[in-house]
Amino acid sequence: MAERRLALDPLHQVQHRSREIPLKLELRGITKRFGDLVANDHIDITVEPGEVHALLGENGAGKSTLMNQLYGLLQPDEGQIVVNDEPKVFRSPRDAIASGIGMVHQHFMLVPVFTVAENIALGAENVRGGPLGWLDRRRARREVIETSKRFGLPVDPDALIEDLPVGAQQRVEIVKALTRDVDLLILDEPTAVLTPQETDELLAVMRSLTEMGKSIVFITHKLKEVKKIADRITVIRRGQVVGTASPDTSEDELAALMVGRAVSLEVDKTPAEPGRAVLQVKGLIVDDDRGIRAVDGVDLEVRAGEVLGIAGVQGNGQTELVEAVMGLREVRAGTVELDSENLAGLSTKRILRSGVGYVPEDRSHDGVVKEFSVAENLILDMYDSTPFGNAIRLDTSRIASNAKERVAQFDIRCQSADTAVGTLSGGNQQKVVIAREMSRPLKLFIASQPTRGVDVGSIEFIHGQIVHERDQGTAVLVVSSELDEVVNLADRIAVMYRGRILAIVSPDTPREAIGLLMAGVTSEPAAVAPVEEDAPVEEAAAEEEAGGAGEEGTK
Amino acid sequence: MSTTTVQELTAVTAPEPFWTRQRRLGVALTLLGVLAAAVFGALAPGETARFTLSDNAEGAAISINGQLGAVLFGLLTLAAGGVLLAGLAKRWSTLLLGLGVLTFVLSFLCWQVAGQFMPLVDILSGTVQLALPLILGALAGVLGERSGVVNVAIEGQFLMGAFAGALVGTMAGSVWAGLISAAVGGVIIAAILAVLSIRYLVDQTVVGIVLNLFALGITGFLYERLMQPDAEHYNAPPQMPTWKVPGLSDIPVLGPVLFNATGLLWLALALVLIIHFGLNRTRWGLRTRAVGEHPTAADTVGIRVRGLRYLNVLLGGIVAGLGGAYFTLVATGSFTKNMTAGAGFIALAALIFGRYSPFGAFAAALFFGFAQKLAFYLSAINSPVPSQFLSMLPYLATIVAVAGLVGRVRAPAADGIPYVKG
Ligand SMILES: Nc1ncnc2c1ncn2[C@@H]1O[C@H](COP(=O)(O)OP(=O)(O)OP(=O)(O)O)[C@@H](O)[C@H]1O
Ligand SMILES: [Mg+2]
Repeated sequence: MAERRLALDPLHQVQHRSREIPLKLELRGITKRFGDLVANDHIDITVEPGEVHALLGENGAGKSTLMNQLYGLLQPDEGQIVVNDEPKVFRSPRDAIASGIGMVHQHFMLVPVFTVAENIALGAENVRGGPLGWLDRRRARREVIETSKRFGLPVDPDALIEDLPVGAQQRVEIVKALTRDVDLLILDEPTAVLTPQETDELLAVMRSLTEMGKSIVFITHKLKEVKKIADRITVIRRGQVVGTASPDTSEDELAALMVGRAVSLEVDKTPAEPGRAVLQVKGLIVDDDRGIRAVDGVDLEVRAGEVLGIAGVQGNGQTELVEAVMGLREVRAGTVELDSENLAGLSTKRILRSGVGYVPEDRSHDGVVKEFSVAENLILDMYDSTPFGNAIRLDTSRIASNAKERVAQFDIRCQSADTAVGTLSGGNQQKVVIAREMSRPLKLFIASQPTRGVDVGSIEFIHGQIVHERDQGTAVLVVSSELDEVVNLADRIAVMYRGRILAIVSPDTPREAIGLLMAGVTSEPAAVAPVEEDAPVEEAAAEEEAGGAGEEGTK
Repeated sequence: MSTTTVQELTAVTAPEPFWTRQRRLGVALTLLGVLAAAVFGALAPGETARFTLSDNAEGAAISINGQLGAVLFGLLTLAAGGVLLAGLAKRWSTLLLGLGVLTFVLSFLCWQVAGQFMPLVDILSGTVQLALPLILGALAGVLGERSGVVNVAIEGQFLMGAFAGALVGTMAGSVWAGLISAAVGGVIIAAILAVLSIRYLVDQTVVGIVLNLFALGITGFLYERLMQPDAEHYNAPPQMPTWKVPGLSDIPVLGPVLFNATGLLWLALALVLIIHFGLNRTRWGLRTRAVGEHPTAADTVGIRVRGLRYLNVLLGGIVAGLGGAYFTLVATGSFTKNMTAGAGFIALAALIFGRYSPFGAFAAALFFGFAQKLAFYLSAINSPVPSQFLSMLPYLATIVAVAGLVGRVRAPAADGIPYVKG
């Protein structure tokens, strides 16, 4: 291959292999160790041309590690990567790209201060002026817009990555992979932060790619998706392949295969016994970063001992609502009260200290400090208070014993509590955040997407913990774009649409009715069962808005 | 589909605070304005201050009553600060800041020059000359740091450049050979920096400091052993010729400053433009910035992170080496021990004060050059203001910049962090 050129020529175009032969991939006996930890233990997997091969496994099972070796980011300690019967050594992603492999990473590989178009162009730039390498920015923009339209994944080419919410960043990553012509595409949990609609679009894209003879390795924790799209399923547990399954295996069986025990996908809980109103939001109005109204007059009440779930398509103001409550975003109008104390103008730290637990939506940005150890991350918001320390010193032995306890309780898979959180698998990072926020006495617990990227076994556990928290009399507010999660957990469901609460319904309401509400349709009040007589059912001018809604973000 | 909203919502940011960058700058300028109008105005004698357009006392001049000027320009500074403070004209904040600083300086000058004269051409060409090595040094820093390698060794590169330029220039009897060897001298230091920090992951600041000491030691040693005993054969380099562009050099004030100059000045000005457009508009620049901000992301799209860092640090070595040539091939006719006397650190300051951008570094270098020239001028006219104040200015300005008083100086995110795989 003309790939090996001058060592000091980082500028020439990466060679994209454009061959008509589809790609067959074999991983033979791949083994990867990090110190004592065997992340991959003699893994054999074959991916046939034109198939969607799903990888299932618990958090920390070693899926991302395996894929990073296939993409040249990590080097296997043992084993072979064989492409079309030819053994390959991928010293860097450059080599993998040259063999026709593309990857969407679980932790985004986007330059925060670059625009979307710059990120997508990077490494495969369109240039004019020969050796000058003058960027053709107009063409780059156009290609982004075209790809984004063709695959139904809206992205704004001129937005800066650091200003985008995770869902949009995920779309950028996918579009970036799709603009490169690859034969094998690795998708590492691409759907964790996508809305259901976007997920459907992505599944359709995957199908059309396989029809073109391309193969896909697909990692997800959502068994429904696996059943919908996969041709073959390989299950990994603690670094080893523990079995393969066909897509018509039931969800329960798949879950059991992954976790090694039976998993209950339903949450079992007793009826709530709501007490006093802990959080009271009245007439709340909040703008998003661009000054556009995101929360438009929300009234809300979360009572002690109940779980209020907020359902809604992502981007309807849920994020801003929670941020406003947490003091992370300016309240334009209205009041937020915690036990009748006005929270407006208080710092986030004060709000946390007054007994609020908060799991933010974007864990890698707002939830953990990647360079810090697991133990340190577990006390991040309590470092200067008893029992972990005071303004001057930290009590390291307390911190260590606390870490030991939490790691065991929440089943955080890590080498030790002293490893940096950044090296943990995605799901385990999420568990660190949950464990920290739940390990102090709370009045109010707010969780945005609490089980994002978490495996089914851990979802069961986290849901159990949330219900336990509720039973102790904590008021719980759960925001999730997974309707299943909201329905399973909540005692009351508030459906949010375009910055308003359209209705508050009981979790027994038929899914279709909630789905319609989430789409802004309130014309069938009969189908919606209000929880109580006095629960507000707002039919807020949804009719007129439903018509003109949408399409905004699609340019 | 028509009923779903796919509104883009942006990530968490706290509400915008009242004390924005503009407002803080506004406060600073307002205070400076008050200082200028009141103190400078009070101290200034009511005599005429003459700013002559030539480089001596003769000829056409701009004259103004010293006291009036000091007060007037001080009030203008105050006005600029006021506009910024009021939060008006946000789009023009940089311009207002520039105007504010300029009028403050003018107020100061009116006070100082009252009863005397200031030759503008001399001041400006002195500024440009003193800024010239700073520009080149800061540009070298831009090249390295934007790709993620901290370069504290600019001083060492200057020294090596100056030394090699003098030595080879003398021995070959050609100023061009001297210029090329100056670049090679800079590259030698850059290469050591690159290998140690990129390949062997040594702390980049430490490597930089050590390299400065190394360059000082080796050039000092060779100077004493080789150059001092036989200066004629080893330390009498030919000087870069001054070129006069017909026509353009007749433009008042700017003409003699810019168009009656050495090629090195034009090269430096060209490099400012080349590096600016290179960084922002070319593939090389996009990849360089990517490698400096998020090397893993760059790696995953097939960019050779370390290769690109090597390339940029070495290019920086060339540029800084040329900056060193200024000292021996333009400013003075020979090399002396430690002749750069900290200019490399002022270049580093210009790089940071200029927010790691070529234009910013250029402006900061000019500003520092002006401060130095002004220090010379003030001591020449026996001003009561100690010239040490002005010599401190670059360092003060850097502290102000780093402390974030004029807004955040954001270094590339991966600056100084070696890239290790896996
Ligand atoms: N660079 C590293 N250094 C040390 N340990 C690591 C490193 N990278 C991964 N690990 C460990 O290897 C194990 C496998 O991690 P991996 O990210 O592959 O899990 P995963 O299956 O992708 O999980 P998830 O579903 O949560 O993303 C984890 O225990 C993790 O802590
Ligand atoms: Mg993973």
